Amino acid sequence: MECIFGLVGDGFALVVADTSQVQSIVVQKTNEDKIMILDSHKLLGVTGESGDRVQFSEYIQKNILLYQYKNGIALSTSAAANFTRGELATALRKNPYQVNMMIAGWDKDVGPSLYYLDYISTLHKLEKGGMGYGAYFLLSLMDRYFEKNMSLEKALELVDKCIEEVRSRLVVSPPNFVIKIVDKDGAREHSWRRTVEDKQGPPPTAAPIASPMAEDISVQS
Amino acid sequence: MSITSYNGSALIAMVGKDCFAIASDRRLGVNFQTIACDFQRIFKIHDTLYIGLSGLATDVQTMHQRLQFRHKLYQLREERNMRPETFASLVSAILYEKRFGPYFCEPIIAGLNEDGTPFICTTDLIGAKQLSKDFVVSGTASESLYGACESMYKPDLGPDELFEVISQALLSSVDRDCISGWGGIVHVV
Repeated sequence: MECIFGLVGDGFALVVADTSQVQSIVVQKTNEDKIMILDSHKLLGVTGESGDRVQFSEYIQKNILLYQYKNGIALSTSAAANFTRGELATALRKNPYQVNMMIAGWDKDVGPSLYYLDYISTLHKLEKGGMGYGAYFLLSLMDRYFEKNMSLEKALELVDKCIEEVRSRLVVSPPNFVIKIVDKDGAREHSWRRTVEDKQGPPPTAAPIASPMAEDISVQS
Repeated sequence: MSITSYNGSALIAMVGKDCFAIASDRRLGVNFQTIACDFQRIFKIHDTLYIGLSGLATDVQTMHQRLQFRHKLYQLREERNMRPETFASLVSAILYEKRFGPYFCEPIIAGLNEDGTPFICTTDLIGAKQLSKDFVVSGTASESLYGACESMYKPDLGPDELFEVISQALLSSVDRDCISGWGGIVHVV
């Protein structure tokens, strides 16, 4: 049950996404980063079909960087969001990408902005939004507690409330979330909210397991 | 849910005395969940020509971009704005191009002719034009809208009265449709 949401505050925009990679009933990993940093001041949070998610977001990231290299100037957040929408819309009636996105960015003239981009390429600029089953709980919470131009502390309080709500009320709720922020200092990872640690690989001091052939019938000298 | 009622929409255009009004709701939804209450469905093509697009939001946005492109190109070539009838034919042609894989949107075109007389027209999703002398409606609340407009409309209304009539017709109809509403916007020209 993937979940992604974002909100705009005073001079910053936050995007929060769950970090579980699930295949049917198996949780393959719980530290999958679904929020891609597109360039210095843009975030792209993506949920949906795993292959499409990685493929499409990398494609968008590379194209946005290509524009910057070709033209010597970075795209604005609005331009990047519309470019992404165009790519999705072109693919929609040929081989559609099953990905839902939240695009956040900071521009010098406009400040922070957040865009909602559906899998059928419906683009809308928002102050707060969410996608996935979690959104059924989040949107009403955000309607109640969100204010324009919130400080970072208040915004993080709201984010924590939302995560708590998803954890307690969604039947197969994801255990971990990542929060990324974009403001005048750039786009970066802010923090994680973990309830499960992802163990990777065997513990370092593991003894080798004895094999049934431990006592080799080898050459006896 | 059907694809044309996936996002929810309601649109009206009405003719007055040397003026027209075009109004829409503001809701953007995904089935029964509301995403935003400030979605734009009515787009200005030029000072005396507006188009309202109902139906699937992604096709509303794509159609708007295509039509804006075509009109800007027309302006560059002909050095003048498009007349409403011409624009309606353009919309119809663009929609029929996709006859076997259509854009799921039903536009309403409203404009003023060069002599100042108002022009309104609607097309279905594959471009069948329907001209009208009084009002045209489109969207998920269209049945309600037809009823409201039929009862409230009077010919030769001035701009202020036309604004009142179109607003009341829109509001009373969307109140009976759960997937459209959440505000309205009216343009009177």
